[in-house]
Amino acid sequence: MVIECKHVWDHISDYLDGTLPPEILEQVQKHLEHCEICSAILDSTRNILILTADERIFELPLGFSERLHARLEAEMRGISPAPSDTEEE
Amino acid sequence: MNGTTDNTSEAQIIASILAGNTQEFHDLIRPHERSVYIMALSLLHNEADAEDAAQEAFLKAFRNLAQFRGESKFSTWLVSIALNEARSRLRRKKTLKMESLDDPPEGQGHVSPALLRDWREIPSEVLERQEFRLLLQEAVTDLPLIYREIFLLRDVEELSVNESAEALGITVASAKVRLHRARIMLQKKLVPQLKKANPKRRWFSWS
Repeated sequence: MVIECKHVWDHISDYLDGTLPPEILEQVQKHLEHCEICSAILDSTRNILILTADERIFELPLGFSERLHARLEAEMRGISPAPSDTEEE
Repeated sequence: MNGTTDNTSEAQIIASILAGNTQEFHDLIRPHERSVYIMALSLLHNEADAEDAAQEAFLKAFRNLAQFRGESKFSTWLVSIALNEARSRLRRKKTLKMESLDDPPEGQGHVSPALLRDWREIPSEVLERQEFRLLLQEAVTDLPLIYREIFLLRDVEELSVNESAEALGITVASAKVRLHRARIMLQKKLVPQLKKANPKRRWFSWS
């Protein structure tokens, strides 16, 4: 079965995640072989995902870790994480 | 990917903390600091608020550690605590209503990608430049909330679709639909911008 570009776009996300059912995957792959537009869309979407996953895009504020652990250190002393009514192991 | 601690050693550390070695909590959470902060930031849009919410979420996780049963991954559990913390802060600030007005109702319409046949290569050296890093960051931040959340969990923090759905308290089917829209929205927005911002170089080479 031949599918149109529009239908291929609906499958981009599942295609990238590798979760397309085999029969649809085959149709999409066949389409991609001859459709430059769809394969460019697919590649650019994949690239966008690679770029946004780069750890330089979303960074922790400077000193975040130090402040977090200092606060934990200060507040954890007064807290017991163990359940008060559980049996000993 | 955040952290390399696998489930088994995580379970061991948690048992040890509950047995009284509370200092180990510091090591337990180190691999998850960024996810918790970023998810708080995605809702609160303010670094100081997000940092405070993240700290609070880690403290809550510590207090309630005995309730963690290991049915979900520790990272998923932490992220859902962070999202709850950030949501309750939003409600307090009453900005949630404004945000939801911007959110298109789910299941509405068809999203189409940008049709640019001559821009399939996006080289990673664009990340060397601050302007591009900002461009990418803003594009994600500007997504409507329901798309931003799923995108950050799945594609930035690299949780699985199932874990992302669990952390957000939505079905896997719904997570997949939102994720698809989020990705196409970003492609549509970013590809033309990145191309325009970098016209000198010819990326396209499939001749």
